[in-house]
Amino acid sequence: METYSFLREFADSWMLLFLFVFFLGIVAWVFRPGSTKEYHDTADIPFRHDDKPATDKEARP
Amino acid sequence: MVNYFKLIVLGLITLFAMMAANFARDLAYMVHAWIIMAVSFGLFIWTLRGMGQTTVHPQDEYMDGVVRYGVVATAFWGVVGFLVGVVIAFQLAFPVLNFEWAQGFANFGRLRPLHTSAVIFAFGGNALLATSFYVVQRTSAARLWGGNLAWFVFWGYQLFIVLAATGYLLGGTQSKEYAEPEWYVDLWLTVVWVAYLAVFLGTIIKRKEPHIYVANWFYLSFIVTVAMLHVVNNLTIPVSIWGSKSVIVWAGVQDAMVQWWYGHNAVGFFLTAGFLGMMYYFIPKQAERPVFSYKLSIIHFWALIFLYIWAGPHHLHYTALPDWASTLGMVFSIILWMPSWGGMINGLMTLSGAWDKLRTDPVIRMMVISVGFYGMSTFEGPMMSIRAVNSLSHYTDWTIGHVHSGALGWNGMITFGALYFLTPVLWKRERLYSLQLVSWHFWLATIGIVLYAASMWVTGIMEGLMWREVDANGFLVNSFADTVAAKFPMYVVRGLGGVMFLAGALIMCYNLWMTVRKSPAKEASLSVAVPAE
Repeated sequence: METYSFLREFADSWMLLFLFVFFLGIVAWVFRPGSTKEYHDTADIPFRHDDKPATDKEARP
Repeated sequence: MVNYFKLIVLGLITLFAMMAANFARDLAYMVHAWIIMAVSFGLFIWTLRGMGQTTVHPQDEYMDGVVRYGVVATAFWGVVGFLVGVVIAFQLAFPVLNFEWAQGFANFGRLRPLHTSAVIFAFGGNALLATSFYVVQRTSAARLWGGNLAWFVFWGYQLFIVLAATGYLLGGTQSKEYAEPEWYVDLWLTVVWVAYLAVFLGTIIKRKEPHIYVANWFYLSFIVTVAMLHVVNNLTIPVSIWGSKSVIVWAGVQDAMVQWWYGHNAVGFFLTAGFLGMMYYFIPKQAERPVFSYKLSIIHFWALIFLYIWAGPHHLHYTALPDWASTLGMVFSIILWMPSWGGMINGLMTLSGAWDKLRTDPVIRMMVISVGFYGMSTFEGPMMSIRAVNSLSHYTDWTIGHVHSGALGWNGMITFGALYFLTPVLWKRERLYSLQLVSWHFWLATIGIVLYAASMWVTGIMEGLMWREVDANGFLVNSFADTVAAKFPMYVVRGLGGVMFLAGALIMCYNLWMTVRKSPAKEASLSVAVPAE
């Protein structure tokens, strides 16, 4: 098979499936148990450390 | 040691630029050689005078100097870009403004790429540079990585803008929409962009927050994707190293497809993803409440980047491009409605419970209308990508109207909002000089965009219908010149809309200038923030 046909068929079959499943995986990951609490904290990031960087002591793992 | 190395390199560049100016085959290349020679010689002297000095980069402070320069550059290039836009709008309405003495330098064909690049890459690009450097530091709780590398990115990017702009006026263009700069300017941009990626990624890697805030995801996808797009769309072989002309390695329809894969993703990642990064930081900050749904923001991000990259072929309906490819582009454009509107809802709903701020705070009003325009143009775009609609809208002024409701409404307004937020913070002022002037700016800009978009809808649909009108015998009714004559009143209205938008931007510059000069300072002076070491 020439390269063009091979790439085209691969793109609209396995690659498409892979990307779609990857995306569904992300959606599932976002709604995993316990995510609400964690994202609540993440969404607050812009309201910390306005004036200067965190010191090593403040840094959170 | 590093400085000796710098001196050698700068000396060699100066020498090479001298030779280039001597052997130059065309005017644009020669002028660019002179510019590069002057810049590298100036840097040589500057490095020589600074021998033995070292700059300190205290890790317990943010690096805001480069962001301040970025704010000034954004405002400056914004005014330049809008001004050139007003000029070419009136050149279209009144062709006599294409002065005979300026033919070949300041006629419409030469000024038009100057306008698009000045607004997208100079105004928008500097806004992205400045805000991304600001946001990545605050949300990573770390100083910018790479010491003076951020300064190299800033000044390197300005040099790119100057080379691109002067090139267009002198005829140095490879005639690819939004990718006009010639091969050596492209190479320079690649170097700057890699440095930009290094600074941004380096800062994220040394972050003190466990999570990477969503704005940084958008900024990072913008930087990475633009690098990829830029390199692939500019794979050219120079005819001579002493001339600006080069030949692209792609041919025919492949070249067209690569160009619009680039072109549409320049819109998708430069003008959308990067500016969404701004939205996700500055709207929560100005509204003083976290983003409406962080979960939605993650899904928004992945859906947007997964879909946008496929939408390019909708620029090539009814061409030599295979049907399946243009159908694919059309379908993905329509699916893009979902993430775009998801993101718009997320931005707007961030204000839920604080809607009263719309009445009291003109800056938030600006940000909200920008998200509104984002929703409107991301509705209009997919609609225009449908093949049947495109057969009417393509090649007409409707496209121009669509681009401007996106660029002026969404990109312009969110950038103005970010500038109004950043200026008091960066110069440590208590507040803006005048909120009333912000209101003036808001209304001038909004009415300007409405005039612009409405007149372009009317003229676009009118000319599309006139082009396809046939009489009973199947002959075309209108000549091309008939459509041009019919468009005249709308062209004048469009020009006036542009004048209003420009006036608003000038008011903003005055307001920001007076904020720095006259507003009460938060601390005695800027230097107080710097510990005496």
